[in-house]
Amino acid sequence: MTETVLFYIFSSITVLMVLLMIFQTNPIASAMFLVFAFFSLAALYVLLQAPFVAMLQIMVYAGAVMVLFIFVIMLLNLHRDELERERFHWKQAGLIAMALAFAGFLINHFVKIPVLPFREVSASFGEVASVGKVLFSDYVIPFELTSILILVAVIGAVLLGKKELE
Amino acid sequence: MITIHHYLGLSALLFTLGLLGLVIRKNLIIMLMCIEVLMNAVNLSFIAIARYLNLMDGHVVSFFVMAVAAAEAAVGLAILVVLFRNRQTLQSSDYHLLRG
Repeated sequence: MTETVLFYIFSSITVLMVLLMIFQTNPIASAMFLVFAFFSLAALYVLLQAPFVAMLQIMVYAGAVMVLFIFVIMLLNLHRDELERERFHWKQAGLIAMALAFAGFLINHFVKIPVLPFREVSASFGEVASVGKVLFSDYVIPFELTSILILVAVIGAVLLGKKELE
Repeated sequence: MITIHHYLGLSALLFTLGLLGLVIRKNLIIMLMCIEVLMNAVNLSFIAIARYLNLMDGHVVSFFVMAVAAAEAAVGLAILVVLFRNRQTLQSSDYHLLRG
């Protein structure tokens, strides 16, 4: 019962925040709504007994990626006339209707799949030690490759950010 | 009672909303943020199915998705900064050099 209420609260917060994020002119406002959406998504992860991934979501997404977004938005220093200058087109209403139809089609397809209810899982499911056990045994090669990927991304970002040499 | 259907449906809805934002908006920053929403919808799907199947692999893959998304956001924002430096505009409708 509690789980049902909490699920509906957090899922509606997430959907509302993503909707608000899409339809904002000011990119800082969009970023703030997205941070809120990430927090409520982390709450959904806790409901799914994934506390480690929930904390990672807050630390990495809300805490690093969105902060980077906000830094870049502030760095660009956009003036009001440089922001989006579009009015409401009927094309947008058509796209929104298409998106709703697509979402309805997907959800309709998913709920027709016969499933069992959630089973009870052990108390150590989703804990840091359990994730670590799987990460460093079955997924150690992708782990090392991810570290190389992040290194490449850092080098690329620094190189792209350099001012051109005269 | 909440079943996996609810979580998968929410994931589909978030994915569709991210896709909608990506197509509707012309501001490059908002488009990058909508790509993050897409990845988060997929993450939710992974975690939900991991809980359903009682396997930790979903959590580990979600971890990797987060790492890749962070790296991609960093590089994407660096590209955005360079683009803005050269063109002084962030509207995707202003980038039509490849148009024939």
